[in-house]
Amino acid sequence: MERIDYQQLKAGEVNLGTSIMAVQFSNGVVIGADSRTTTGSYIANRVTDKLTHVHDRVYCCRSGSAADTQAVADMVTYYMQLYSQSTGTPPPVHTAASVFQKICYENKDQLSAGIIVAGWDKEVGPSVYNIPLGGGLFRQPWAIGGSGSTYVYGYCDATYQEGWGRDETVNFVKNTLALAMSRDGSSGGVIRMCVITEEGVERLFVPGNELPKFWQGTEVLAAPKGKAVPPEPQVVPMAVE
Amino acid sequence: MASVFSPPGFDFSNQLRNNFIAEKGLPLPKATSTGTTIVGCLFEDGIVLGADTRATEGPIVADKNCEKIHYITENIRCCGAGTAADTEFTTALISSNMEMHSLSTGRKPRVVTAMTMLKQMLFRYQGQVGAALVLGGVDATGPHLFTIHPHGSTDKLPYVTMGSGSLAAMAVFESGWKANMSREAALQLVKDAISAGIFNDLGSGSNVDACIITASHTEMLRNVEMPNVRVQKERQYGFRRGTTAWKSEEIRNLIVSEEVTMLGGGDEMDTT
Repeated sequence: MERIDYQQLKAGEVNLGTSIMAVQFSNGVVIGADSRTTTGSYIANRVTDKLTHVHDRVYCCRSGSAADTQAVADMVTYYMQLYSQSTGTPPPVHTAASVFQKICYENKDQLSAGIIVAGWDKEVGPSVYNIPLGGGLFRQPWAIGGSGSTYVYGYCDATYQEGWGRDETVNFVKNTLALAMSRDGSSGGVIRMCVITEEGVERLFVPGNELPKFWQGTEVLAAPKGKAVPPEPQVVPMAVE
Repeated sequence: MASVFSPPGFDFSNQLRNNFIAEKGLPLPKATSTGTTIVGCLFEDGIVLGADTRATEGPIVADKNCEKIHYITENIRCCGAGTAADTEFTTALISSNMEMHSLSTGRKPRVVTAMTMLKQMLFRYQGQVGAALVLGGVDATGPHLFTIHPHGSTDKLPYVTMGSGSLAAMAVFESGWKANMSREAALQLVKDAISAGIFNDLGSGSNVDACIITASHTEMLRNVEMPNVRVQKERQYGFRRGTTAWKSEEIRNLIVSEEVTMLGGGDEMDTT
């Protein structure tokens, strides 16, 4: 996937230098994102929600310019409301993804938006669509995006396996994002995740001080000690407004 | 008949002229910007907004006591940073549209409505309208606080800061904000945050304005704190009367006096 072209962003524009992710599993999808929004070197929002509601069972992960992705997501939300009101059925994920793709492609010179659309529908079950910067549309079993994603392609390729259940998928997303956030300066904060299934949407929240820990680099310099077991990180379901 | 041919469409000759002038080393005139500290903060039963009162034109203080908390509706206010003219006119336009909207719907206006109108307008202008806003208010769905950036992106947070003094003010909020603060504690925190901007940011200065919005009442506190009042000078620097000696004196009458002499008779206007 292409990296975000920072030259293309206008001076002073609010940017989602991001780590985002979506993974399909047997009966749903897990989407996740970090929570950092930056203006240059300043963190404008450290608890951002980049997992944006598009319809009951369709969400998107936003990366690139905050203004552009919010505007595009608002437009698609409007079209999906129109769709469900006029047909009386919820829109398939592919329909939402196609509208995203159409807007991103037709305005590719004006926009810097890298979006992952994911959700569940009656026709095909769970699905994940990636819409990178140029406005392409690709269905994938898993997708990662944003500036932090470049650090974790290898990890995802080495770790992902087909046939996972909910909990394994949630762990995969959580670990991948924690790794991306630790290497990418433009990503960080907390991890927000959503599990979208036929039954509903469950929101998960991992606080910044309870992120999964990997190699910390301290053993090399510190004196060898008895094996310290890192505390098991907790996933706390968040109260939704 | 017109002797000059004017082609249809837009005329871009001024852009050519401006580029030529810029090439010669003459910069374009600067807009008055509110190098500003503006903040907003949620408390147990509403929103407190705050702003400093300095407006600048480059290095010059253009206004020492300007108003940066703008009226949107009775229950919604908006602090503006960035280009002063842009914040003034966008808030006035949205205020007008909000009034029309609540008149046509017959409902009390909501904060999200103002936020959506503002973000859609700012996005349409692609950052050319340099308005950075803190929007706060209380409506049927509770208290709401937003930041709106010039390109049209929005954030919803319990405490926010914007403008050149935002870093100083955010430091105060990050160390002092708690959930469900009392009205007094929230107002004090906002005063401290703005004061941090006034004293530590060159673009901000003068006085503190605040505005407390609750479900039943909106209270505008203009110049709630005045830490930079000009005091009586300790010494007189003017020269005493008679310091300069003079050798001669001549007083002239500067009032022109004219005397009208009538020539002939019976011709003048009768003004009796």
